[in-house]
Amino acid sequence: MNILVCVSRVPDTTTRILVGPDGKTADKTGVKFVLNPFDEFALEEGLRLREKNGGSVTAVTVAGEVAKDILRTSLAMGADKVAIIKTENEFDSYFTAQNLAEFASNRAFDIILLGKQSIDYDSLQIPAYLGELLGIPSIGVVSKLQIEGNNVSAERDIEGGKEIVSAQLPCIISAQKGLNEPRYPKLPDIMKAKSKPIEEVAAIDCQPRTTILEMSIPSKKRAGVILDGSDGSLDKLVTLLHEEAKVI
Amino acid sequence: MSINRGLTEEQVLLRDTVRKFAEANIKPYAFELDEKEEFSYKISQEMADMGFFSCFIPEEYGGSGLDYVSYIIVVEELARVDGSQAATIAALNSLGVGPLYYYGNSEQKKKYLPKISQGALWGFGLTEPEAGSDAGNTQTIAVKDGNDWVLNGSKIFITNASADITLGSTVLAVTGTKPDGHKELTCFLVENGTPGFTAKKMEKKLMWRASNTSELYFEDCRVPEENILGKRGDGFKQMLGTLDKGRLSIAAMGLGNAQGAFELAMNYAKQRKTFGVPISRHQVISFKLADIEIGLELARTYLYDVCRMTNRGENIIKEGAIAKLYCSELAHTASDHCVQIHGGYGLMKEYGAERFYRDQKLLEIGEGTSEVQRIVIARSIGCFD
Repeated sequence: MNILVCVSRVPDTTTRILVGPDGKTADKTGVKFVLNPFDEFALEEGLRLREKNGGSVTAVTVAGEVAKDILRTSLAMGADKVAIIKTENEFDSYFTAQNLAEFASNRAFDIILLGKQSIDYDSLQIPAYLGELLGIPSIGVVSKLQIEGNNVSAERDIEGGKEIVSAQLPCIISAQKGLNEPRYPKLPDIMKAKSKPIEEVAAIDCQPRTTILEMSIPSKKRAGVILDGSDGSLDKLVTLLHEEAKVI
Repeated sequence: MSINRGLTEEQVLLRDTVRKFAEANIKPYAFELDEKEEFSYKISQEMADMGFFSCFIPEEYGGSGLDYVSYIIVVEELARVDGSQAATIAALNSLGVGPLYYYGNSEQKKKYLPKISQGALWGFGLTEPEAGSDAGNTQTIAVKDGNDWVLNGSKIFITNASADITLGSTVLAVTGTKPDGHKELTCFLVENGTPGFTAKKMEKKLMWRASNTSELYFEDCRVPEENILGKRGDGFKQMLGTLDKGRLSIAAMGLGNAQGAFELAMNYAKQRKTFGVPISRHQVISFKLADIEIGLELARTYLYDVCRMTNRGENIIKEGAIAKLYCSELAHTASDHCVQIHGGYGLMKEYGAERFYRDQKLLEIGEGTSEVQRIVIARSIGCFD
């Protein structure tokens, strides 16, 4: 089974994010980055499929040089091969999907796994884009996966319940929490990961379809004021709405 | 993050991995294991599967092939969560695996090291009821009889020596008198189950209650000549060499304990309010936390530096002693502040502060007391010349 796992490098969930001076990008100084948690589920599923069916797992990311660390993490967890589609520019989901599709198109993967979303920009677009660009089925938000021969059966989380979907390989599966419990890389594998090669591919030029205009941190919530409901507090309410909230 | 300053990419990944493992596989069980004084075979096997049982030895012996900084990060991250599991790993690597790997011949290494890496323990029998700091006063004696040596005597406070998964221990014994009148000391590899050898679990400990500590008894215990570690008469030198490196793992336990206590204290100080504000805003509390932070920065920077010296094969007699002493005393201060900041809750077991407070105390006593470290440092700067 020839398995592709698309991974992305995201800020650690415990990191505090600030907006950079341009007001359009996140300030990355002092921010700790990790392998996207949903991609960990995808990678784990890929490794399990390989363990069951044989074959190989390739992990790929579209990113700048710095993202090599998450590829080493992927190697330490057990990926056979890793590749970086390199770009140092800011880019959008369409750009990522175009590049992943280009990478996947001539390598005959049986299955493409990826997290249901990256927890940085949360666009949730890549799995669907990829299905369209490659012309193969794409099943999103999968929390249980069964593959027999070419038949795929996937359980999806939907609002208030589950949905079971079937498709044929090759296909795209986006992983939801609960799909599996990702393994820890073992110490010897962490040490060996540094000596394994990382394939470098230049990103293809493609025009992004969206542009970020502005990025901002939600303003801090102020403590609410509770008035007692008596007639006297009506005047106070009006005063507050007029002078504090400035809505009337 | 200052905690990862100067580390390589794989050392950062290693820290993240060990931290996740410790948070998920150890932390939820640490309180109960400590309370019941129970050694966990389940956690031990999980740690072995991760590669913690043979951190710094090469893969040909089943090891993880870590450099010394990486090994010390493993111990530090375990101690941040639980002193007992950190003790099992630190003692096994530095005192169990260390002598076998550095001084054993290739048959001995092949015989024991791969088994250990898969999930077996090995002890280090140095301390005796009458010989602790004064290791030269070892009373356990080995007498040659044909191709065998016959051991008699006892050892005490030996970590990892009497668990069900213990394979054996390296035991220091007197094998004669040197021409200069000093005792000739030799290390023997004694397997558990050897007739005449009994390893008994010690109970009712103050600290590291979920780790295995033992008394060893030798009554006409026969071991073959080939079980001598290295050469006859090399025992004392081997023990000192082992302790020089072992001090780094005790230092790592101190650093990890201090880090864990610091985080606990910090979280509590930001939540707990007195006089209408979080207590972290009171100067008396904030200065305690600032003092621990200073200690953590200095201790970590220095310890990693000494580990890099070890990687380069440099002599670390003085530096190892300084790191061990400084990190142990930091753990003492940090866990003390942690309990104090928690006030009455600091005295209650379920809040976790008291376990850091108890677990740190060994660090100022084991593998050379703080007093002995000061002797080592004083000697190395020429005070006694």
